Amino acid sequence: MDSDTYQAINLFLNFGWPLLLLMTAYFIGTVIERNHFRRIRQREEEYSSLPVVTFDTMPDDWQAGESTLVTGSIVVSLDYFKRVIAGLRGIVGGRVKTYEPLLDRARREAVLRMIEDARAQGFDGIYNVRLETSRLANSRGDGQGTAGVEMLAYGTAVKMASRFAPRMERF
Amino acid sequence: MQTSSSFPIAISNTETIPGKQIVEFYGVVTGNTVRAKHIGRDIMAGLKNIVGGELVGYTELLQDSRQEATERMIEQARSMGANAVVNVRFATSSISQGAAELFAYGTAVKVT
Repeated sequence: MDSDTYQAINLFLNFGWPLLLLMTAYFIGTVIERNHFRRIRQREEEYSSLPVVTFDTMPDDWQAGESTLVTGSIVVSLDYFKRVIAGLRGIVGGRVKTYEPLLDRARREAVLRMIEDARAQGFDGIYNVRLETSRLANSRGDGQGTAGVEMLAYGTAVKMASRFAPRMERF
Repeated sequence: MQTSSSFPIAISNTETIPGKQIVEFYGVVTGNTVRAKHIGRDIMAGLKNIVGGELVGYTELLQDSRQEATERMIEQARSMGANAVVNVRFATSSISQGAAELFAYGTAVKVT
């Protein structure tokens, strides 16, 4: 093998490979994100007849029957590209735009799963909804390895005594 | 959340059970579980970490764990003679690398 070929391979391994990985991660990550957002909007539309509120007492016009606790959760990870961008952003400070949509869609997904839990058991409304975020530890101590963020949504689901389910404007 | 039980225990994260009256307090009930992720899941999650998105294995793991913590809390409430647990809260703490504790706590009460 002559030195030119060797150098080319070396160059690829040092710079080309991480760059390729970065670009692949960026494209796949973007596609996954866009599809997920579309699915979220579609389901939010579909479930809009089931009122979900964060009040800690039940709205007066709900006639409560049976009730139970419902939960929904999701663990998400950041893609390679986003982590690199966030790392760069950490140097100059400011808004980390790559993380915002990720946390947003995870939280909305958790809420949707909670609603699905309620619907599957035949409940008509959820109140006292609470959202929690917790960071899962890295599997290795060096800050590398896998880390995720868990979003948890929970609330009290009720069955309306009369089948009247108040329409709420989604906001 | 379903309870496998002899008699059902109503659970809620509000201070009352809708449409019911609290007649007796039994005190705080807790349930916990500590879980470690297994290596297969960790490798899959590592791959998923390149492109981002949901870590399905972890989601399931945490859901199962939270379910179990809730069951234990309910079991404790049942042994006290309560028929409902109100003001339920969930919490997570990572106690060491790769292991997490999930716990649920609430107030055991009797409602009529």
